[in-house]
Amino acid sequence: METATLTPLGLKTFVPRPDKAPPLVASGIIGWMRINLFNTSFNSVLTVLALAFLCKVLPPLVSWAFLDASWLTPSPEHEGACWAFIVNKFRVLMVGLYPGEQLWRPMAVAVIMGILSVVTVARKLSTRLLILLWYTLPVGLFFIINGGFGLPKVEQSLWGGLMLSMGLAVIGILLSLPFGILLALGRRSRLAVVRTLCTGIIECVRGVPLITILFMASVMLPIFLPQGVNINNLLRVQIGMILFSSAYIAEVVRGGLQAIPVGQFEAAGSLGLKPWQTTVFVVLPQALRHVVPSLIGRCVALFKDTSLVIIVGLLDFLGMVKASSQDPKWLGYDAEAYVFCAFVYWIICFSMSRYGQSIERRNQW
Amino acid sequence: MVMEKTMGNTPVIEITDLNKWYGNFHVLKNINLRVYSGEVIVICGPSGSGKSTLIRCINRIEEHQAGTIRVKGMELTNRMKNIAGIRREVGMVFQQFDLFPHLTILENLTLAPCWVRKMSKKKAESLAMEHLDRVQLRDQALKYPGQLSGGQQQRVAIARALCMNPEILLFDEPTSALDPEMIKEVLDVIQQLAGEGITMICVTHEMGFARKVADRVIFMDTGEIVEENDPETFFTHPQWDRTEAFLSQIL
Ligand SMILES: Nc1ncnc2c1ncn2[C@@H]1O[C@H](COP(=O)(O)OP(=O)(O)OP(=O)(O)O)[C@@H](O)[C@H]1O
Ligand SMILES: [Mg+2]
Repeated sequence: METATLTPLGLKTFVPRPDKAPPLVASGIIGWMRINLFNTSFNSVLTVLALAFLCKVLPPLVSWAFLDASWLTPSPEHEGACWAFIVNKFRVLMVGLYPGEQLWRPMAVAVIMGILSVVTVARKLSTRLLILLWYTLPVGLFFIINGGFGLPKVEQSLWGGLMLSMGLAVIGILLSLPFGILLALGRRSRLAVVRTLCTGIIECVRGVPLITILFMASVMLPIFLPQGVNINNLLRVQIGMILFSSAYIAEVVRGGLQAIPVGQFEAAGSLGLKPWQTTVFVVLPQALRHVVPSLIGRCVALFKDTSLVIIVGLLDFLGMVKASSQDPKWLGYDAEAYVFCAFVYWIICFSMSRYGQSIERRNQW
Repeated sequence: MVMEKTMGNTPVIEITDLNKWYGNFHVLKNINLRVYSGEVIVICGPSGSGKSTLIRCINRIEEHQAGTIRVKGMELTNRMKNIAGIRREVGMVFQQFDLFPHLTILENLTLAPCWVRKMSKKKAESLAMEHLDRVQLRDQALKYPGQLSGGQQQRVAIARALCMNPEILLFDEPTSALDPEMIKEVLDVIQQLAGEGITMICVTHEMGFARKVADRVIFMDTGEIVEENDPETFFTHPQWDRTEAFLSQIL
């Protein structure tokens, strides 16, 4: 507006300034690096140090894991990793001592669970149907692994490896979610007995390490149970894990419940909805959505916690990794064993947390 | 006007010697109020005078400790059956709208008809669309509350209450949380409902609205009903100094 020409009526004519390109530094890779890596001198020093560290660590790691690695045949004198160890031990790592001629059973279960997971992530089915599937399919799959209905029984002492970890985790998550929600609701109940009971369970369980609960489930429970009642070790451990996880989920859900404004209860009440209807249709859906990140966090934690069952003598994935690395015929491959173990855990946990993030993004109503 | 509606009828709401305390704090003192079918009552009064508490007692969002409240002859007691019965007759619209944010507008409207009135989903939806038409929001049915303006949300809240087909509607400062340009659209809807014969009790500070729509205006202070009159007399010749002082402040 620097040069103002006058119209016949004596008004100044407004001429907008032409657009200019943005300053060069703000765009492109260089611009990005300037803004994100070198915006202050302190940040520049950190960037350089981090680069130096990566230069020192990455090349040997890459050459150990990939370049110098031997993949299919063991070669003890070799410099790099010997993945042949993993290839050789793959079956025990996955299914433990599950009999070889019955291997199709865990495979079928893995395929079915894989499809169910993909369908869930891709949201090809309605939420209601998905929930129904998640709570019915695993029952059938249990019998495929266990035997029954014409299939020969496979002793539970033979189960192990990733199959056992996944089984404990999936059943644990599926059952501790509803129990956790019930405990959380019970803790806010108007009935003093229910409230005290739920608070008591939650606080007792949270005050004890999981290992202790597993020990108690495995060692002490049989002492207390009446004569003749015999619950097998795996089931006891599973119950212990569900109990532990439920208490934590209850606290997460309680946080979500507290975030619901009283107006929601009043509005629902004034419409004539009964308390249980208010809880199921108005309060819980909102509360759960508030806590999706922490709930996914609990699920990831539960999956990782399954590795503790090793202390009561069950050989889950980590247990099998440990056992395999001590095989006298295959000594000296601990590094490979644990790197592989960490990698598998990471893939599974990372997938879960990515799925959690996708739920969060979708839920911004 | 007042005479027409009260003559010969039994009141739909009958509040007798109502008292309520929060701890030691006496919020409602000896409230007596009769509301007749089709009447529009406006309650005003300074902040903290117990207006909200009074109308919230009528559908048992708050519990009273002494006195009786009868709605269409049913007494409000702790019996779940009576409370449920009264809540079927009484709808409520709140200052903060209190829509269910995780449900679409349509689902907000059909939830209670489906579960409380046991209507089929299809029937509830056509009923909901009818009431959305009434508040001119048919085109918003599939949105979520967060995507609507305050005025639109409040109109949805009114439609939600209407879907339960209540005989009585309670409004607690329905326009206090709204920007000035949206107040009118909500008041217009309420006025239209008043014309259709729904019994209403409305807590509001919109005195222009009270003058136009109310059959009776009630002034409350410190938990008591101080004055109760037809709007014309109420605004031009208040009987009490307290009313006069209040009116001179807000008019
Ligand atoms: N849950 C409660 N516990 C204790 N005191 C309360 C509670 N709710 C309200 N009160 C008190 O009761 C009195 C009346 O409250 P009420 O909400 O009915 O006032 P109001 O007339 O609606 O005021 P406003 O115009 O600000 O909405 C106020 O003094 C308030 O502080
Ligand atoms: Mg109020």
